[in-house]
Amino acid sequence: MQDIHELTIICGVDKSGNREDVERIRICPGEIVGIVGPTGSGKSSFISDIEQLSQGDTPTQRKILINGEAPGRDIRTDPRKKRIAQLSQNMHFLADMTVEEFLKMHAKSRNRNFDTVEKVISIANTLTGESVHPDHQLTILSGGQSRALMAADIAVISDSPIVLIDEIENAGIKKQEALKLLACEGKIVLVVTHDPVLALMTKRRIVMRNGGVRQVITTSPGEMDVCNELLKLDNYIMSLRNTIRQGGLVEEAVIV
Amino acid sequence: MKLVVVAGTPGSGKTSILMHTIRSLKQSGTSPAVVKIDCLWTDDDKRFNRLDVPVRIGLSRDMCPDHFAIYNTEEILQWAREQDAGVLLNETAGLCLRCAPYPDDCLAVCVIDVTTGPNTPLKVGPLLTTADVVVTTKGDIVSQAEREVFRERVNEANHDCRIIEANGLSGQGASELAEIISEMPDVGQELSLRHNAPLAICTLCTGEMRVAKEHHLGVLRHIDGFTEYKGE
Ligand SMILES: Nc1ncnc2c1ncn2[C@@H]1O[C@H](COP(=O)(O)OP(=O)(O)OP(=O)(O)O)[C@@H](O)[C@H]1O
Ligand SMILES: Nc1nc2c(ncn2[C@@H]2O[C@H](COP(=O)(O)OP(=O)(O)O)[C@@H](O)[C@H]2O)c(=O)[nH]1
Ligand SMILES: [Mg+2]
Ligand SMILES: [Mg+2]
Ligand SMILES: [Zn+2]
Ligand SMILES: [Zn+2]
Repeated sequence: MQDIHELTIICGVDKSGNREDVERIRICPGEIVGIVGPTGSGKSSFISDIEQLSQGDTPTQRKILINGEAPGRDIRTDPRKKRIAQLSQNMHFLADMTVEEFLKMHAKSRNRNFDTVEKVISIANTLTGESVHPDHQLTILSGGQSRALMAADIAVISDSPIVLIDEIENAGIKKQEALKLLACEGKIVLVVTHDPVLALMTKRRIVMRNGGVRQVITTSPGEMDVCNELLKLDNYIMSLRNTIRQGGLVEEAVIV
Repeated sequence: MKLVVVAGTPGSGKTSILMHTIRSLKQSGTSPAVVKIDCLWTDDDKRFNRLDVPVRIGLSRDMCPDHFAIYNTEEILQWAREQDAGVLLNETAGLCLRCAPYPDDCLAVCVIDVTTGPNTPLKVGPLLTTADVVVTTKGDIVSQAEREVFRERVNEANHDCRIIEANGLSGQGASELAEIISEMPDVGQELSLRHNAPLAICTLCTGEMRVAKEHHLGVLRHIDGFTEYKGE
């Protein structure tokens, strides 16, 4: 199978039907790109265009190229050939199956071994508070547990050179660890986020408004410094959150 | 003229997908006509009317809507020819899963809602197993993994079908369906069904209301699977 060395997004139209402001966005392996913008500005639509490898056939009219070419139909549709993994914004599973049954079916649909199933569950359990079991019914999992399982499933079963992540911060799972898990080296990674730490951890960020791309900003050295300061603050908040979650007291906590 | 039969459970997105498909067909110069068969009531005709295409509805009332559609196929085709249609799109009521109202010479499209879970493709029977194209809808509501598992199940139930992952709201997938329609051959003369309609020759079919077993005649199947013929 051919290697992916470039993902190209050719601009379409925004919600008012006007051309987007950035004609073409090229992303190469090893790069993490952020997608930011107000709620409803079209961030999720942007990454689902990539997931579908749209060819001007969605309301945004964007076209997605792989290695500079429009991908063929089987690459667009067959999960065995599709090389894109997407963690969507959905918080729950609707399938009426056990965790194990579901993961086995998914492994089959992606041509993977069944021994990946155990690995998915054990990774999921490093991201969530209360453990997920193979014989749990998918539909009883909490939002956080579901997200943790979806993230682990993507890291193992859907392991793909292009990874799309939609608001990993929104379910109370360990966001930095989850990002590290999904955004391994050599991949093309797009992260939709409202979180300033995650946004500044990327090399570039795409700014959305009214359904269209408005600009692409490269993270400056100054912003990287801000990011490092924010990381410290964020870790501190995380540790407080953990203490409170475990039923501990935080009276001694210092305000930085 | 071509014939497309679109079947699928109520609310699966048949009308939504057809609306987008009609726009695509019109753009490429094909003129579609639409027939909607339902049981008691439908407002799908109002939705189709907005697209400025010839629309006709048929209500089957106390008859199985699929049987009704089959009996009336010739009339419907005749009507569509009179409208100068290049393709007749027939949206079925989609209530009876044992009936698969597809003639051999049409494009048989089964619309199925992903949110009903990955066991659904195993439950819908000939509606799905004899379809040429399976259109899955509402993938926007579930995770990518669930879409992929669903697709795998559709493949298990029907190896040869073409699967289109569509979205009735955004219109994703509709241009692909329109393309398949424009490449298909015209409808022939002697149509025959792909799958036999279910057994329906008992006293209930003729209006018996009483429940007790003694009142029933005809071909009867017991819950243990035993089938008998009771009568003269
Ligand atoms: N270019 C476009 N043309 C038409 N409709 C669009 C366009 N972009 C987005 N939309 C529509 O706008 C709505 C909101 O978009 P979307 O869900 O992608 O926003 P979001 O930025 O992900 O919001 P949130 O932060 O709340 O998740 C959707 O219904 C989507 O279909
Ligand atoms: N989220 C979502 N909703 C859809 C989709 N397709 C259809 N719907 C909604 O499902 C409902 C039923 O659709 P309709 O086309 O009337 O179904 P029909 O009874 O099969 O003709 C409507 O409210 C649609 O807006 C889809 O792909 N995604
Ligand atoms: Mg979103
Ligand atoms: Mg309808
Ligand atoms: Zn029937
Ligand atoms: Zn009967």
